Amino acid sequence: MRNITTIARRELGAYFNSPIAYVVVAVFLLLSALLFFNALFIQGQAELRELFNGFWTTLLVAIVGPAISMRLLAEEKQNDTLELLLTMPVTDWQVVLGKYLAALGLFAFAMAMMALFGVSVRLLGPLDLGPALSGFLGLFFTAAAYIAVGLMTSSFTKNQIVAFILGVLICLSLWLIGKVVPVFPPWLQPTLDWLGADSHINNLARGVIDTRDLLYYATIIFSCLLITQTTLESRRWR
Amino acid sequence: MTGTGKTMIHVEGLTKHYGNVVAVAGISFDVHAGEVLGFLGPNGAGKTTTMRILTSYLSPTGGRAEVAGFDVFTQSLQARARIGYLPEGTPLYRDMTVLEYLHFVCDVRGIPRGETRTSRLRRVVDQCGLGDRLGFLIGELSKGFRQRVGLAQAIVHEPEVLILDEPTSGLDPNQIVEIRQVIKQIGQEKTVIFSTHIMQEVQAVCSRVLIISDGKIVADGTPEQLQSSAQGQMEISVELEAPAAEAREALSRVEGVAGVQAVASDAAPGNRHRFLVLARPGADPRAAIFRMAVERRFVLTEMVRERASLEDVFRKLTGGDSSANAPS
Repeated sequence: MRNITTIARRELGAYFNSPIAYVVVAVFLLLSALLFFNALFIQGQAELRELFNGFWTTLLVAIVGPAISMRLLAEEKQNDTLELLLTMPVTDWQVVLGKYLAALGLFAFAMAMMALFGVSVRLLGPLDLGPALSGFLGLFFTAAAYIAVGLMTSSFTKNQIVAFILGVLICLSLWLIGKVVPVFPPWLQPTLDWLGADSHINNLARGVIDTRDLLYYATIIFSCLLITQTTLESRRWR
Repeated sequence: MTGTGKTMIHVEGLTKHYGNVVAVAGISFDVHAGEVLGFLGPNGAGKTTTMRILTSYLSPTGGRAEVAGFDVFTQSLQARARIGYLPEGTPLYRDMTVLEYLHFVCDVRGIPRGETRTSRLRRVVDQCGLGDRLGFLIGELSKGFRQRVGLAQAIVHEPEVLILDEPTSGLDPNQIVEIRQVIKQIGQEKTVIFSTHIMQEVQAVCSRVLIISDGKIVADGTPEQLQSSAQGQMEISVELEAPAAEAREALSRVEGVAGVQAVASDAAPGNRHRFLVLARPGADPRAAIFRMAVERRFVLTEMVRERASLEDVFRKLTGGDSSANAPS
């Protein structure tokens, strides 16, 4: 555990030492603010549902997630620092988890800024706290899954751009699958519906916390981290 | 040939294949406490691969290796905790300051904050001469200083074994001398393996040399042993003030001389001539050459025993010079 926090702390430091973190957080806040105030002023809804409800936000997170995690392993591979890190007395799992937690921490920081949106809704009218919180949670879980995808693609290559594009592609596929379910044969539909991010985030945006949705996020996160760890491990055998 | 201490590194039949390419072809060696082992070989000989296996970065295809009594594969974490490693090219986090980085390494190495850490840090900072660079970003440091940070991170946890992959490559001569001094100092207490292709470095720092070529060990011994084994026959460079043909004649008749070769030299003015005298195996004809010169009234202006340099040894053993076979 100590090693995980040590690595996470270094990664967080690296985020805030470089402009990437600020740029990514700023872009994320700017675009989500746009979505939010669009709902607030144009549609006159004093609520956060629009912000958490599927389409644009999920799309945004599908880009921001991999953008946050693209450097985690690719950069270390590019600079050969991975060799030094992995020959210290830490396990590959500790490295993967530490890095993952740091990226999650950065996103949590961005979401804390988003909480200000909630405050402004509260100023304009009564805020339905339950759905707001569960929507918030849904967004966080989606991001957690997409960040894990980005970490995984970051372990595949030493090129951050490649890691980013590959990560976005996978996230978008996960997101798109939910949209095109009717196209597929009926026997495949439940699986695809489950695989798509859409239905899960919609549940949470409505204020429904279902263990099946939580299981969905947990499955994606765990699979991606496992593949990341396996990829790191595979260096030994090549 | 070997140090007096206990075995710190034990390598047995180690092999590593990358696909069809054999990088390390079954090498075995032991390194004992207090030895500074120079790991020599042409590029691609398997030095880095061997070091990466010792540090658990790669797994061997076959064979085994132990560091400080721990198997690098099955007891990897224990082995790693006892190793200080500096990979080739000194890959450090450039976005951290020197002090931040050393603290990070201390965290990972489990050196508790407080008194212990402060004294450890003070010691390595002193040893590596980093005192006035602690607040600098590593990315802003010169290569020499970055190398010192690399050394500092490798020794801060007081490892029993230090593994350095080309620690002096890319440095200027002054920096090289400084880094060598640090290595030498560390080598008094620790077991050190370092790879290089600079021969003077081996002579300056190592107590033992391992030459590796095409994944196999081709020589193992002290620098002196390797030199004398490569040489076999003594070669003497002689400069005489005498008629060339006469001098050559006389030299070849000296007891113990196997052959004489005239050496063209611009530096020899007037009547001076230079010869390369090859002695018979085991013979030392230097005294006889001197007496001959006195008898014949030649002026002996210079007589030097030519030593086979480690470069020669290296070239002979690693096939860079195919015309010469090492008589050993």
